[in-house]
Amino acid sequence: MLRSYLKLAWRVLWRRRFFTAISLFGISLTLVVLMVATALLDHTFAPMAPEVRQARTLVIFNATMTGPRSTWRDGAGFQLVDRYARNLANVERVAMISFPEDVFSYPGSTRVQSSLRRADAEYWRILDFDFLEGGPFADQDVRNGSRVAVINAATRDRFFGGAAAVGRWIDADGLRFRVVGVTANVSASRPVSTGDIFVPYTTAKTDAYKTRLLGSFMGILLGRSPADLPGIKAEFASRVAAAPMPDKDYEHLYAAAETYFESVAADTFGQRNDDTTRAERLWIAIVGAALLFLLLPTVNLVNLNVSRIMERASEIGVRKAFGASTGTLVTQFMVENVMLTLLGGVIGFVLSAVVLKAITAAELIEHARLAINARVFLYGLGLSLVFGLLSGVYPAWRMARLNPVAALKGVGR
Amino acid sequence: MNTMIQLEGVDKMYRTDRIETVALSSINLEVKPGEFVSVMGPSGCGKSTLLNVIGLLDEPSKGRVQLNGTPVSSYRDAALAKMRNKEIGFIFQTFHLIPDLSVADNVEIPLLYRRMAGAERRRLALAALDRLGLTSRIHHFPSQLSGGQQQRVAIARAIVGCPRILLADEPTGNLDSQMGDEIMHILHSLQKDSGTTIVMVTHDPRLADQTQRIVRLFDGRQVQ
Repeated sequence: MLRSYLKLAWRVLWRRRFFTAISLFGISLTLVVLMVATALLDHTFAPMAPEVRQARTLVIFNATMTGPRSTWRDGAGFQLVDRYARNLANVERVAMISFPEDVFSYPGSTRVQSSLRRADAEYWRILDFDFLEGGPFADQDVRNGSRVAVINAATRDRFFGGAAAVGRWIDADGLRFRVVGVTANVSASRPVSTGDIFVPYTTAKTDAYKTRLLGSFMGILLGRSPADLPGIKAEFASRVAAAPMPDKDYEHLYAAAETYFESVAADTFGQRNDDTTRAERLWIAIVGAALLFLLLPTVNLVNLNVSRIMERASEIGVRKAFGASTGTLVTQFMVENVMLTLLGGVIGFVLSAVVLKAITAAELIEHARLAINARVFLYGLGLSLVFGLLSGVYPAWRMARLNPVAALKGVGR
Repeated sequence: MNTMIQLEGVDKMYRTDRIETVALSSINLEVKPGEFVSVMGPSGCGKSTLLNVIGLLDEPSKGRVQLNGTPVSSYRDAALAKMRNKEIGFIFQTFHLIPDLSVADNVEIPLLYRRMAGAERRRLALAALDRLGLTSRIHHFPSQLSGGQQQRVAIARAIVGCPRILLADEPTGNLDSQMGDEIMHILHSLQKDSGTTIVMVTHDPRLADQTQRIVRLFDGRQVQ
């Protein structure tokens, strides 16, 4: 029966080519917007190199201190991570890295701007960078404050014209660093792993950062398994809650070990240690926005479908006369509509790939390599199906309920 | 079993906000198995409504309908659909073939709503088309056929599921007299060879005279 439905659907779509073209245009355009948005979200939040252990990784992005008269919100301080995030149960590794800071260099006669990050050696063990040359700096380099640097491929191109860089020197932040490794570029949308120049945090010009609860670092915690993360979050939260305040102006310290997604949710819905539902709320907001965006084209397609099926009232009458139940007819029209939207989905996929390639080529997000991967493909397929079902249910239900006598007379209402 | 179709005290009224129109009033009708009955009367007298009530396409406002000894106790959609599929074949004046389907696919329609493999459906459809002399037209589309050929396809569709009852609503109304005679000949042979019970609505007394019994309606009432 399905084969018969598909055959008929194909013929109907082919016979009404203009209508089909308009429908496909609307469907594919809608899906392009949603799929590009999905690809961007996937590129920002989903696990990908070098963040391959994301499922068991938590990050302390920022912290807040509040008092009766003031609130101070900043990145995590070195001391917050060093004092409260170490020796947590089931944590395999703890790493620290500073937020990117812009530094300037003058190789030859040009001025080059780079983003500099200060890290410890554990950072390279938690993240799985693709080293094109050399390797990461070691614990000893961090202990000794060695002026060594890991740079990305783009920095190698800027400083050395793409030639081998390991062993050569670069100037950054007023200091000279010996390049020990070159990594592949990481997209600017990945705050944990993006950066041009990575140096040991001990090469900072002062030690003042070591005494700060709030500052310019993020802590990265690698759990033994994904199941350990809730326990790690809870233990860290309880330690932070009991932390003595460094300053009499403040009474409370808030900081959370969380995923990047949870951190964005916290930024959106408010930073509180006891609020565990904000990630779900962000999910609902994203899905809600997608459904809201789908609403207008869905209503449009519903109208097109009603008029399209209305023309086939006599067919509905015949099918009913020969034994089709309302349920069977609803299924038939749903199959037709899902087929139309899946066809629109295929066009949408092709167009999305083109748009993503254009965004990548235009470097709208630095070093981003946007593409339709298996995850985005599955989301896109899901969106096409939801779109098809949403826009097909009402017309199919309405038409399948037609009185057969009226339908045979061609009265579609 | 003595009756294939039995209507007892059937009324059919159409109501709108302001008026009530009586389409059928106190209809009592019995049709025996294998009988060929024609229904005649002026336009608007309720002929087609009677056929729709017998064919379970319309629910009577009052009275009882019994088909093949089974009373129609429920007018729920799924139950009616099943009964129509099993017991009844329809032939319409305007053929009502689906333009996007080939001749063979059109004939297969009643079998789509039974649990039947595709190959078996096709075999039965081809057999019905062969019986109507349309073997060479199976891949054609309705628009490629003459009116007479289209009506023969519609008859093949009506008989492919071997229903016990055929309901024909002016089956020759859109055909010239020669084609009309050909269709009548097919209906007669179906009645004789398969013992199919046929109820046919017609305006043409010449065709009605060829049937075993004529039921006459006037203003929704049975006058003969």
